[in-house]
Amino acid sequence: MASLVRHHGLALSEPMAFGLAAALSFAYLPFIRVGGLPLIAYRMPPRFIIRGLHASLGLGMRFEKFRSPAHGTARLDELLDAGRLVGLQTSVFWLPYFPPDLRFHFNAHNLLVYGREGDEYLISDPVGETAVRCPRKDLEKARFAKGVLAPKGLLYYATREPAAPDWARLGKRALTRTARIMLYTPLPLIGVRGIEMLSSQVNKLAVDERAKLYIGNIVRMQEEIGTGGGGFRFLYASFLQELGAKTGYRALDALAARLVEIGDRWREFALAAARMIRGREPLAPPLLAKQLRAIAAEERSFFKSLDAARKAWAC
Amino acid sequence: MLEKDVPQEGNATLGGHRKAVYAVGADGKLRPVASRGWEAEEIVTRQAVEDLERRAADARRRALAGEASPLEYHMYRARMDLALLSQTTGLWRWRIRRHFRPRVFSSLSKEIRQRYAEALGITPQGLDEVDA
Repeated sequence: MASLVRHHGLALSEPMAFGLAAALSFAYLPFIRVGGLPLIAYRMPPRFIIRGLHASLGLGMRFEKFRSPAHGTARLDELLDAGRLVGLQTSVFWLPYFPPDLRFHFNAHNLLVYGREGDEYLISDPVGETAVRCPRKDLEKARFAKGVLAPKGLLYYATREPAAPDWARLGKRALTRTARIMLYTPLPLIGVRGIEMLSSQVNKLAVDERAKLYIGNIVRMQEEIGTGGGGFRFLYASFLQELGAKTGYRALDALAARLVEIGDRWREFALAAARMIRGREPLAPPLLAKQLRAIAAEERSFFKSLDAARKAWAC
Repeated sequence: MLEKDVPQEGNATLGGHRKAVYAVGADGKLRPVASRGWEAEEIVTRQAVEDLERRAADARRRALAGEASPLEYHMYRARMDLALLSQTTGLWRWRIRRHFRPRVFSSLSKEIRQRYAEALGITPQGLDEVDA
């Protein structure tokens, strides 16, 4: 999304896009199974993120879904020919440029198409350091993959040039949203309570192979799917720093530092889990559960401080 | 995470790509830093891949022994499970489980075979093969 916005004339970094869209969250969703294991999300769904930016930056985002791959491709071509940058939601499995070991049936991947050359599309994908190419057939398959969170060919593009926003106003609103999601969502599966819930689930695991897969799944969701490491916590900390610099509200710096520490706790958890999976440490789910409980407590405290800081923000 | 602590151990599952992680530089500011990969991530990714490879190998063995149809092997090779294959083909799970039986599989209609082939990303002829 940051690239999309930059293309339309507004300098926006990835952390700023993430933070302003109030994308940071946590969800433990046992009823959505990916490979038989529960979905653990460290951010809001892509639709929410895109809509968040669309609303706050006045991008005039248009979203389109299609019933047939042929229509979806035709429309993509039309938009590209008109010079637009187009965002797509796709499956990861059918993208040929993805490293083979990372190609799983995960359908909430987003990428940007900026051109077409013959049978290939030119793509900017968060997984790659440089631009990549993707043949038409493969992209179609990826866009119309079925299963959980099926993309249905979703594409999106901006129709308006964003005006230079009031960073403070947008920032304050975004902080409110994120604090609310993490602290006050009425569902125990979301936010800090979601982390606590996951902790109890992990605590109950028997010492067996299934437990290892369960734990490995959590770490994959946290580090593989998460951009920037630590379940997006580092990315959000970067947002807080940048917002503080742009608006002069220095209280955000201390919060950023605290969040980096929390990101480190998540990574320590991931490391402990990996060691147990590899057999370097004995498998002890209660120990991991304890780490998660501690993380939950730290995040509760952090988001309360975040909420207090935004309330105190005079703007 | 400090910039100097960004893992550069290497993660084979990244296939030579580097990942961007956000880390704190000497000036106290967070910025994206290229990482060659972290062992912890390699471990959990390999775990998922190996689990599917194991299932596929076992299904392949049973297919070669005539105890199961090649379908189960292809399902795991495509990193799917019964739920996902059911969703992508539109066929009910109990039907797919029936198709794991060699006799039932060999009498499948062209239309159903095409559905499977499409969902699994292989040719209908490929459905009958159980290559290494």
